[in-house]
Amino acid sequence: MELETASEISRPPSAFQRTSDRVFRAVSLLFAWATILVVLYIVWEIGGQSVPALEQYGFGFLTGQTWDPNREQYGILPEIWGTMYSSLLALLIGTVFGVAVAIFLNEGYLGGATYGILKLFGVHLHPVYSRLPSALENLLKNLVELLAAIPSVVYGLWGIFVVIPLIRPACNWLHENMEWFPLFSTPLSGPGMLPASLVLAIMILPTIAAISRDALVAVPPKLREASYGLGATRWETLLAVILPTAAGGIFGAVVLAFGRALGETMALAMLVGNANRISVSLFSPGNTLAALLANNFAEAGGDETKVAVLMYAGLVLMAITLLVNMFGAFILQRSTAGLKGLN
Amino acid sequence: MIGRHFISFVVLALFVVGCTQPQDVEPLPGKDVTVVRGAGATFPNPLYGKWIDEYAVDHPNVRIEYESIGSGEGTKLFLNQLVDFGASDAALTDEQMEGIDRGVQLVPATAGCVTIVYNVDGVPSGLKLPREVYTDIFLDKIRWWNDPKIQDANPDLELPRLPIAVVARQDGSGTTFAFTKHLATISDEWAKGPGAGKEIDWPGGAMLAAGNAGVATRVSRVPGGIGYVEFGLADRIGLTIASLENKAGNFVTPSGATGMETLKNAPLPENLRAFFPDPEGETSYPIATYTWLLLYKDYSESPEVGKELKAFVNWCLTDGQRFSEDLGYIRLAPEIAEKAVTALESIKL
Repeated sequence: MELETASEISRPPSAFQRTSDRVFRAVSLLFAWATILVVLYIVWEIGGQSVPALEQYGFGFLTGQTWDPNREQYGILPEIWGTMYSSLLALLIGTVFGVAVAIFLNEGYLGGATYGILKLFGVHLHPVYSRLPSALENLLKNLVELLAAIPSVVYGLWGIFVVIPLIRPACNWLHENMEWFPLFSTPLSGPGMLPASLVLAIMILPTIAAISRDALVAVPPKLREASYGLGATRWETLLAVILPTAAGGIFGAVVLAFGRALGETMALAMLVGNANRISVSLFSPGNTLAALLANNFAEAGGDETKVAVLMYAGLVLMAITLLVNMFGAFILQRSTAGLKGLN
Repeated sequence: MIGRHFISFVVLALFVVGCTQPQDVEPLPGKDVTVVRGAGATFPNPLYGKWIDEYAVDHPNVRIEYESIGSGEGTKLFLNQLVDFGASDAALTDEQMEGIDRGVQLVPATAGCVTIVYNVDGVPSGLKLPREVYTDIFLDKIRWWNDPKIQDANPDLELPRLPIAVVARQDGSGTTFAFTKHLATISDEWAKGPGAGKEIDWPGGAMLAAGNAGVATRVSRVPGGIGYVEFGLADRIGLTIASLENKAGNFVTPSGATGMETLKNAPLPENLRAFFPDPEGETSYPIATYTWLLLYKDYSESPEVGKELKAFVNWCLTDGQRFSEDLGYIRLAPEIAEKAVTALESIKL
């Protein structure tokens, strides 16, 4: 047997091997191109169907504020505003928590604490218990990533039945006492930007936490050791050395999460209130592009103008998401390329 | 609190059920089962559902399928001849009817009131809303529940300082049509501003929800919410309903009786299409509408379907009418039902 395998390696490839190699290469290439073609086809199809709306409404579609099917006047500025507003707000909340989770998991806080407790009981070298610190970190990491597995509609229901009643008293208190502050200028009656953004923040948390953690893992141990060696405290090391080094990767995570937040549909359609208005207030209902599409496509049916208008809105959403994602991927690529030299 | 949650749950369940399209759980139709497909208004859906269930008991050879997707979409499907019958609370315009070579027969199936429902803690059903007040609320000019204009009409109620959150329909809807037509009739400002239609641009950016059940859910979940839904649904799930001022200046609570009164004051012409956006009468409820089944005049391409559809509609107009009141709809007056049956007979097979 051994001789046979050895001789097989030393033999030139047979005709069959060469053919299968070529076939495999061709098939791979085909599928790779097919993926790209599907994307292009979708863009082309949506673009093609939105042509009537593009011709009729042009650029004014992006700046118009009425949505009046009765008079065939359409504008999606409130939806663009709502999409950006809810996504940025969610991003703000999600980044704070996501990066904190990543640091907590990667910098040994949990592991350290567990180890300390084990040591207190004198079991830190026990064959089973000594595994606990890393097992707990792993568990928490998986739990955070599990957030990504919860269906969007469940988040929406949870938002309606839990988040809104929970935050309503606090929001209305803020509104009553600080009405002069633009962010609190309207009361929270139910669905609105804040509950939508809170839920959205939880939905993008796994993305931020996972990619930020990867960025932190990629920080060379040398840097950390050097910093401690110079007498820096853990806090100083974290803020002055580790986070700046991982900043590119974390920023990439944030931008990718932004891309996800922009396109999130179901939970937002349930929580944002579907109101066609532009308001700075955190508590005002609004609308997003994705929610607009989800709510209107079902019955756009035979109305060609409306289909074209919705396709146009879809195109705008795709353009925004694509730009953001490309930007994120670019940043991520730059940051990891910069780290290679350090390793 | 428990009651409120229960209501929300029921409404949400209704909403979810409403969103689910009927699935083919029954065995596929064999040679001996005729399937008749229709789609349209959500307004009469509870009644149509009841009719279909009751009719199925004695007629195992027919299966009527009705998709409650809103008058707007139902009308579109009907005009594109993708269904066997449509249903709409806005009937059809002459122009729409002329566009169909097979001809169209409108058949009023039932009628109902459009109610204004609200969710204000401590305020029971029967809040009196004068005409200019409810117009101003939907025009986004009155924004607080304790606005002096509302308070003045209800001196015995203590209204809380709670913002008004308007909820409207986002899908093309006959309920919206009836409601906005009424507002446009009683208010010049409404007629010149938002106007009447199945889908309009709501002043001040009202929150939008899908279907009668969607609006009901939203109102029940939003403290300070106000919206318009069909009476039967509002009544069944226990939403608080406003008394509206009618043309004669009386405040009227919607019910089968006041709805009947409305219909009595609004005769149907030969084409069986009439709207009464601001009915006369001392005790007429101001916002009511017929809801129509949209049938083709000629079913010679599929006479089997036409035959069963005619039999079904005939049954609805006669025996079926007895279910109307229980579900919160207004029974057709006998002479109107008779007219409708006569019209039905003119359909060619």
